[in-house]
This record gives sequence, C-alpha cells and structure tokens, in this order.
Amino acid sequence: MTDLILTPNIDGVDDFYAELIAAHEGLSKEDSDALNARLVLVLANHVGDREVLSQALKAAEK
Amino acid sequence: MFDDRYTLAYKRYPYKKSADQDAATPVRHPVVVMGGGPIGVSTALDLGRQGIPTLVLDDHEGVGMGSRAICFAKRCLEVAGRYGCGKPMVDKGVVWNIGKVFNKDDQVFEFNLLPEEGHEYPAFINMQQPYYESFQLDRFEELQKDGAPIEIRGKNRVDNVEVHDDYVTLEIMTPDGPYTLEADWLIGCDGASSPLRTMLDLDFTGKVFQDSFLIADIKMKNDDFPTERWFWFEPTHGGGASTLLHKQPDDVWRVDFQIGWDVDRKEEMKEENIRRRLDAFLGENVQYDMVWSSIYTFQCKRMDSFRHGRVFFAGDAAHQVSPFGARGANSGMQDVDNLGWKLGMVIRGEAPDSLLDTYNYERIHGADENILNSTRSTDFITPKSEMSRVLRDAVLDLSEKHEFARPMVNSGRLSVPCTYDGSPLNSADALDGPARSRPGSVCPDAPLGDDFLLNKLGDKFILLTIDADAPDMIEEAGIKVERLALSTADDKTGALRERYLGDNDKAVYLIRPDQHVAARRPSFDENQIRAAIRRAIGKE
Repeated sequence: MTDLILTPNIDGVDDFYAELIAAHEGLSKEDSDALNARLVLVLANHVGDREVLSQALKAAEK
Repeated sequence: MFDDRYTLAYKRYPYKKSADQDAATPVRHPVVVMGGGPIGVSTALDLGRQGIPTLVLDDHEGVGMGSRAICFAKRCLEVAGRYGCGKPMVDKGVVWNIGKVFNKDDQVFEFNLLPEEGHEYPAFINMQQPYYESFQLDRFEELQKDGAPIEIRGKNRVDNVEVHDDYVTLEIMTPDGPYTLEADWLIGCDGASSPLRTMLDLDFTGKVFQDSFLIADIKMKNDDFPTERWFWFEPTHGGGASTLLHKQPDDVWRVDFQIGWDVDRKEEMKEENIRRRLDAFLGENVQYDMVWSSIYTFQCKRMDSFRHGRVFFAGDAAHQVSPFGARGANSGMQDVDNLGWKLGMVIRGEAPDSLLDTYNYERIHGADENILNSTRSTDFITPKSEMSRVLRDAVLDLSEKHEFARPMVNSGRLSVPCTYDGSPLNSADALDGPARSRPGSVCPDAPLGDDFLLNKLGDKFILLTIDADAPDMIEEAGIKVERLALSTADDKTGALRERYLGDNDKAVYLIRPDQHVAARRPSFDENQIRAAIRRAIGKE
C-alpha cells in the first residue's frame, strides 16, 4: 500500500507555486473556485489510489 | 365507503363475495398479502408456485393508471422470468444503450452502456408499470388455472389488524360490509404510505427531500426521436432544475422535470402549463399528445425492522428511495425473492423460524445500499451546499473533454442486486474466485448451449459443480440438494469460467433457492457442504 507523500516532492517548487497563482490571476472568486475544483478532480484522478486520497483529505483538514 | 385513491388502467379482479364473508367463525389462511401491486402479486406468484395457499387483499380492483416505475432492471426481470412472466416483459419493453448528458444547453458527452453479453435478460427495460403488473396478473391467472392455491380479492380493504403470537386477525371492509379473517402470516406490500404500518404504529424514518418532480408522458406524433436517454443538468430553456427524457413502449416518452419545492401543484398540473414547459423544452416543432402526468415528491426512508413477529413488510411499505437509479420496484422484487423461499421452508417445517429473521438482516442491508446510492445521485443532481455545486459543475465541465470525469457524473446508478456480505446464511469463502460470485452474491447468468444458467438453477437449493466431482444428490437436515454438473468444455463463450472459476480449474458452489451463492469451495468436501446447507437454512 502506498502512503501519501508528505515530504517535499516537487522539483522547482517555486516555479510550480508561481504557475498555480498565475492560473488564478484575473479570475473572479467564482471562476477561481471552479478552477480549484477542476484541479482537485484532475489531480485526484491522477493519484487514483483510494487510500491515498483519503489520507490526502485528512492531511488537508485543519 | 370506498373512495378510489386512483384511477384504474385495467380492471382485473372485480369484487366478488367470498364464502369467507358468511363464515360463522373467521376463516384462517396460511398467508395473507396486503396490497395487489407488483410486490404483493409477486409474493403470491412465489408462494403459489411452492403450493402455499396465499390470499392477496387489495382495496382496488385492478392496475392503477400511470407509467410510474418505468425502469425494470435485470434482476427484477430474472425473478419475473423464474415466476414465468419475464419473456412478455422483455418483448414489450424498450431497451436503450445510448445516453446523452447535457449541462445547461450543451451536450457534454454521450455514452453507450455496452451491456455485458451472455445474459438471458437485458440490463434493464423501460416499460410502463401497468404493463408490468398486467403480465404478472396474466401469470397469476395461469397459475390459478393450473391449480396453484392463490387468490386475489378486489375491494377488500383491511381496516384493522391485531397481531397475536402465532397468528394475525384482520378486519376487512367490502362493498357487502365487513368481515374478519385470520392469517398465520401477514405480508404488507401496501405501498409507500402503508396503512398496515400505520395500524401497527411502526416507525418509518429518514429524509424527505425538498423537491418535486413533474412527470409528463407524451406520445410523439412523429417518430424521429431516437431511443436514447437524455439527461439535462440545469437546462436554461424552460425545463426545470434537471430534466430527464426517455422512451417507453407505444411511442410514449417520459419527461421528468425537477421543479422545486415551493410549487403550486394545482397550477403546475394544468395542461396548458405542462405544455408550456414541454414546448420550451422540446422546441415548437415537436408535436405530441399528453398521455398522463403527475407531480411527486420523494423520501429516503426505511422501517427499523421489516419483520414484526408474524408480520412482514416488503417493497415501498418497508423502504422508499429517490427515483434516481430505479431502485423502488426493483428492490421490492428482491424483497419477495428473499422472503419467498424462507417463508415457504418455515411453513413446510423444513427450517426454523429464525431463518425469517435473516429476511430482515439481508433486506435491510439491501435497503441501506439503495438509499445510499439514490441519496448520492440526488446530491449530485441537486447539490446541497455551495461547494457541492462548485464540485458538481467542475465534474460536468471536465466530462466534456476528459473521459476520466464521466463516471463521476451521477444522474442515477442503475439498480444492481445487493450482495449479502456478512449474512449469517453465508459460509466463509473457500475459493479464491471472482469477487462477483462470492458468497452472498446473486449468481451471474451465463449461456449454456441454447439455454442459460439461471434457468437451470431454478428455485431450489442446488450444488453447482464445474469440472468437480460430487454426489448427484445430497440430503441434509431434511433438504434434498441436487447437483448441477457443468463443464468448461461446454462453456463456448468462456462466461462460466470468467464468472465462476477465475484462475481455478474447478469449483463447487452451493446455491440458494433465490439464486444467491451460499458457499463455494475449490472441491467437494462432504462435511463442509453439509454444514453450509445447515447454515443456509438457519440450522447451524
């Protein structure tokens, strides 16, 4: 069983973060929410593993 | 004295005075069924075929108007097939495989259900409920002619019920006045608002969804509409919050408009207002006649227990779900399928009374699964929070371009039979075989030459062997279990191997009379099989 990766795992993390912010630039709150929702679904499908997805939901909760 | 609650499509069992009404002391019947709808009549078909005298009481004299439950799934048809009325249903019904999903006004994607091959019955058919009930009643009359001890009495309304330890007393109103009957067993198949449930003051708890649906059955004047299912999320051209269009026999189309909670029902039901919606939705050029219309709200509820001593509840009387996924009549048929053989065995003295408690266990499991599935569909179609709506819309947006999001679109998950995982009647799974035929599952059908597996299983306990040795008959605890010996050499399509063997060369299955798997092993082991038989009839 794979565990959710919670250690640094993205090469060039500053670039990724900038890309994420840029994607939202100029969008209304509504369009931004929609973009985030689509992104979550795309990434969730890529991960696929139900157990990892549950762990990710837990990790995201405050 | 008799107010008709609904209009009849077909008068099938007009009131006739019974000798029971003049009896000096109340006549005792082995089984009385309250309600002559699809579930009540099925109960009589099941028990009648076992030779158990069954009396159905209905406060009307036939089949009600309206298409209502229009989607009958494979398992429902297989059960009807076993009762002897599945074929005419499939001949009459409409089979569709192509579905289209629209968001706002745009088509998002199209799908083909591509049903698995090698089953006698299709994944489901669309057909107006009155046809379904008529085919059942045709079979009912055939069985009566062949001597089955079953009877249905029209305009016999049960007004009061008294439950004793080992029988039930019923007070019945007829056009000739009241009379009293006794029943060893009483089965309530009297629908969502079950008078029996009210008479016994039993709980029915769950969730009422604050929404209503306007149903319009229309007959198209031209026939260039394709046999497809179209589902719109939030159409902007006059439909409702969601709209569903699908075909029924006789060129009749069913349109379901979701119209919200705070609606003026009287106003909405006026033909001119229904036509205004339909015209806006279909476009001005589509010509049609109105056939039937109705407004309904729905609930997801179930009773705490489907058994109360000598009284059982089945179908909508026991549980109700939202309409998405066609889980109403279909799950009611599985109730009957489950209760029929168990009650038969207990009445014949072949099994202990405790076997009947497993009806409650297994069908509550089924009802909860159906409620879960239909609640999920409802939440997708009508999101309950802002973020739930954002995520739903994201799924719809993505599904237009990306295949991965399409299975997430939930406009109703088709009713499939429940697997009774964890049932006390199951023996531990001793075969590393396909998951779909593990103990508790309903047997998947498979072609056998010109015939099909489920026909060969019938409705008795069967020891199914595939390339495995076993005695031709095994008798345990008074039950004779015959062997059905199959070989992969006769399995031309490979369906039997795929559905029952997996990577194994041989297997032995113990199958219940409702065609659910009780036990399976890689080979015949007499002690284990005998224990599995005892367990499956509540004796272990």
